[in-house]
Amino acid sequence: MNFNISNEHKMLRELYEAFTINEVEPLAKEVDEDERFPIETVEKMKSLGFFGIPFPKEYGGQGGDNLAYAMAVEELSKACGTTGVIISAHTSLCAAPIYEFGNEAQKQKYLIPLAKGDKIGAFGLTEPNAGTDAAGQQTKAVLNGDHYILNGSKIFITNAGYADVYIIMAMTDIEKGLKGISAFIVDGDAEGFTIGKKEEKMGIRGSATSELIFENVKVPAENLIGKEGQGFKIAMKTLDGGRIGIASQALGLAQGALDETIKYVKERKQFGRAISKFQNTQFQLADMSTKIEASRLLVYSAAKAKDDKLNYSTHAAMAKLFASETAMEVTTKAVQLHGGYGYTREYPVERMMRDAKITEIYEGTSEVQKMVIAGKLLK
Amino acid sequence: MKIIVCIKQVPDTTEVRLDPKTGTLIREGVPSIINPDDKCGLEAAITLKEQFDAHVTVITMGPLQAEKALREALAMGADDAILLTDRAFAGADTWATSSTLASAIRNLEYDLIITGRQAIDGDTAQVGPQIAEHLNLQQVSYVEALEKEEDTLILKRMFEDGFHRIQVKMPCLITTLSEMNTPRYMSVAGIYEAFQKEIKHWTLEDLDVNRAFIGLKGSPTKVKKSFTKGVKTAGKLFEITTPNEGATIIIDKLKEKFII
Amino acid sequence: MSNEHRHVLVFVEQREGILQRVSLELLGKARKLADYRNQEVIAVLLGDQVQSMVSELYHYGADQVILTDDPALKVYMTEPYTKVVSEVIQHYKPEICMFGATAIGRDLAPRVAARIQTGLTADCTSLEIDEDNQNLLMTRPAFGGNIMATIICPDHYPQMSTVRPGVMQLMEKDNSREGQLIEFKSDLSDMSEDFKILEIVKTIKEKKNIEDANILISAGRGIGSQENLKILEELADSLGGVVSASRAIVDQGWIDRNFQVGQTGKTVRPDLYIACGISGAIQHLAGMEESELIIAINKDPKAPIFDVADIGIVGDLKKVLPELTKQLNLEITTKAI
Repeated sequence: MNFNISNEHKMLRELYEAFTINEVEPLAKEVDEDERFPIETVEKMKSLGFFGIPFPKEYGGQGGDNLAYAMAVEELSKACGTTGVIISAHTSLCAAPIYEFGNEAQKQKYLIPLAKGDKIGAFGLTEPNAGTDAAGQQTKAVLNGDHYILNGSKIFITNAGYADVYIIMAMTDIEKGLKGISAFIVDGDAEGFTIGKKEEKMGIRGSATSELIFENVKVPAENLIGKEGQGFKIAMKTLDGGRIGIASQALGLAQGALDETIKYVKERKQFGRAISKFQNTQFQLADMSTKIEASRLLVYSAAKAKDDKLNYSTHAAMAKLFASETAMEVTTKAVQLHGGYGYTREYPVERMMRDAKITEIYEGTSEVQKMVIAGKLLK
Repeated sequence: MKIIVCIKQVPDTTEVRLDPKTGTLIREGVPSIINPDDKCGLEAAITLKEQFDAHVTVITMGPLQAEKALREALAMGADDAILLTDRAFAGADTWATSSTLASAIRNLEYDLIITGRQAIDGDTAQVGPQIAEHLNLQQVSYVEALEKEEDTLILKRMFEDGFHRIQVKMPCLITTLSEMNTPRYMSVAGIYEAFQKEIKHWTLEDLDVNRAFIGLKGSPTKVKKSFTKGVKTAGKLFEITTPNEGATIIIDKLKEKFII
Repeated sequence: MSNEHRHVLVFVEQREGILQRVSLELLGKARKLADYRNQEVIAVLLGDQVQSMVSELYHYGADQVILTDDPALKVYMTEPYTKVVSEVIQHYKPEICMFGATAIGRDLAPRVAARIQTGLTADCTSLEIDEDNQNLLMTRPAFGGNIMATIICPDHYPQMSTVRPGVMQLMEKDNSREGQLIEFKSDLSDMSEDFKILEIVKTIKEKKNIEDANILISAGRGIGSQENLKILEELADSLGGVVSASRAIVDQGWIDRNFQVGQTGKTVRPDLYIACGISGAIQHLAGMEESELIIAINKDPKAPIFDVADIGIVGDLKKVLPELTKQLNLEITTKAI
């Protein structure tokens, strides 16, 4: 068992770090304050291959692995949770299911531009009445000759409006319940497909989170992924991969908050000395750092398990569960250690705390992760 | 078109700190980077590659760890890389370094040799011009901008108060300034490809060089001693009575620090 | 020590017929070194129609001037200058050679040193003779200026160095001093056509942004009013620096956000940071405490800025800064030739 990171990955981390410091960090506050999707960063990330890290070159990707992808999301999220989730949602939730479950024609038509970053991806499962209870899908897809007619809506969709390709779950056979759900590739400019209300969020405020509305949208039959009825399984497996992405985002947020706090406590003087000299501060930092390191190992080994084509579902759930709870704890402590200054928007830690909260909720709440883990244990 | 870029792996001297207690340099934890002036030269070479389908070879003289700098250069877009590494090369001053690099370059074909103006650790700006002398090539230093026209280069050569626009025929050598461009990032695929490539290692055996001109023994200049500027002392506070007094205190300090 | 090599040679830099100040600084230093060694100072002057400069060189310490006056040397080019200087050195065999560490000197000296196969030490800030063995001790900054190194060139001659401008002292000008002129001819008929100067352009310095500036004069609430920024601008002009500001000033609308230093502004690491009327709140310190030299001026002796300042002046910046600017301008005019 080798816990050492390869030279390639070390160099990749240097790339991600340099990019984050120079291109992402300077915009992070503004992106949050203005709730602005950082389109200029997207262009730069595209040119460096960030949108296709774990996909093979033949499909427009960078020929990297899931560890390399997880590290990218981690490093970006150290400065900006919004930027991290753009990559994560695109890669794990849209490009990955096409790569893993799509046919050759679909890969040629959609995976290649997605991996190149020419198109951005999104994923639509959640509905107003189907959150944790994802099986309660009401969006319908009815076959009509050479296409399906799609009707319904999705909410809380990341990258909505900026994406060009959407993976949408819809009911094709209501009698069959879970087994009546199918997965479709829907073009962003399809007629009848509109973007609805944009959510006003607590955190990752630059991330575009909106409602998707489908009114008699024609989806070509060749855009069905796999067979009818396989949609739920595809969605669940897709979310397994997405959990690695979100766990990486949480990891990055926590590490970023810790780094900021270490800087601050060395500078801040009270009672005649830097507050880093007080044992309370030191003990808090030790706890934070240990939990982050544990998160990191869970995230990286889940990514590695996926790369080794092992069953990684439980692993990914553990990583997401632990990393997101760690992120919430660490960012909250970070604000506390900054004192009053940490509560102001002058310092980045309050943003990191607001960003961290969503990692315990989306792509399967912490409770769902526990269901997955327990389910495996008690099989 | 064939371009050779000479790079140096250096500690990031902007990150170097003095130990506040002993006044000595803290070298651990200081990242190793490609010397900034060299990186801009490399960027210029890769741009020429994109425009004119040039072949870019990077070369460096250093210990084994200098391979990392060459990998980074490959990941940015260089085609191949050579590491000159041998105990015999160690301890070299600029004469010995330039002699070693020049003899390696004689094994290669080139139209253009690019070096950075100076390294942020040695700060001499001598190796580039000395390589040009060994190879009997035209040199243009302090280059801030470059264009290629057939077999000539049109260069912007900076001086303190202006610049010369120079036309020089290849083969030739130029030294580049950091002001010249903003070097590109490595790409993800570039990093994977860089590790697929073999970095050639050349030792003394591979070079046709006068052994009296290399390494510590071949260096006409020697370091007699090195020292830090001392522990950073606590600041001094002056309660002045006249503005003149304040101005004088400040000017004295500026002179002491060579700022004026 | 060499039996063959004697005397101190100084390369005199002139551009467009104007003698560069660094050359006079070098003559001053050469004078001291030569006197110590009981030797002479030889100045080497290249150019086209530059004879009128020769007497000035005697006045500032040269005993001899070797002059090569040739149209091919009108504007600095590497090849002809290297040829002439190398020939002069090979003929006259000086023990020590000095060049200014300028855009010309740092192009010329390494080429000459390589041609003559001797050692060259760059950007020296101090030159002394070792009492024991008479070697030239050449001290210079290295490692990005974090350390100083003393270099020797014990077995090769001449011992060559480029010297940082603005460091060495001029000799007191002596108009009565005379010297010997040697006209040195070099065959410059065969210079390569491969190198051509197409255009010579003089540029005006552009405004730098604060992250690139070496010197920052920073304004805090204590400057009192927007008009008082002028005082800082004038000081910045004298020092070749840029005016930056704390958040308080930016929030007042007195200066653009691009010049803000601090937690929500930019992080800067200039060689010199002069904090004017800045109290030193933690958000500001975060952006500038890595500066090489910090000077603070504030009325309040308890201001936290003084904790990070190398030099703290408790006083009225509205009076101290103009006085400082005045004295600096005086320094500059006395420095000009």
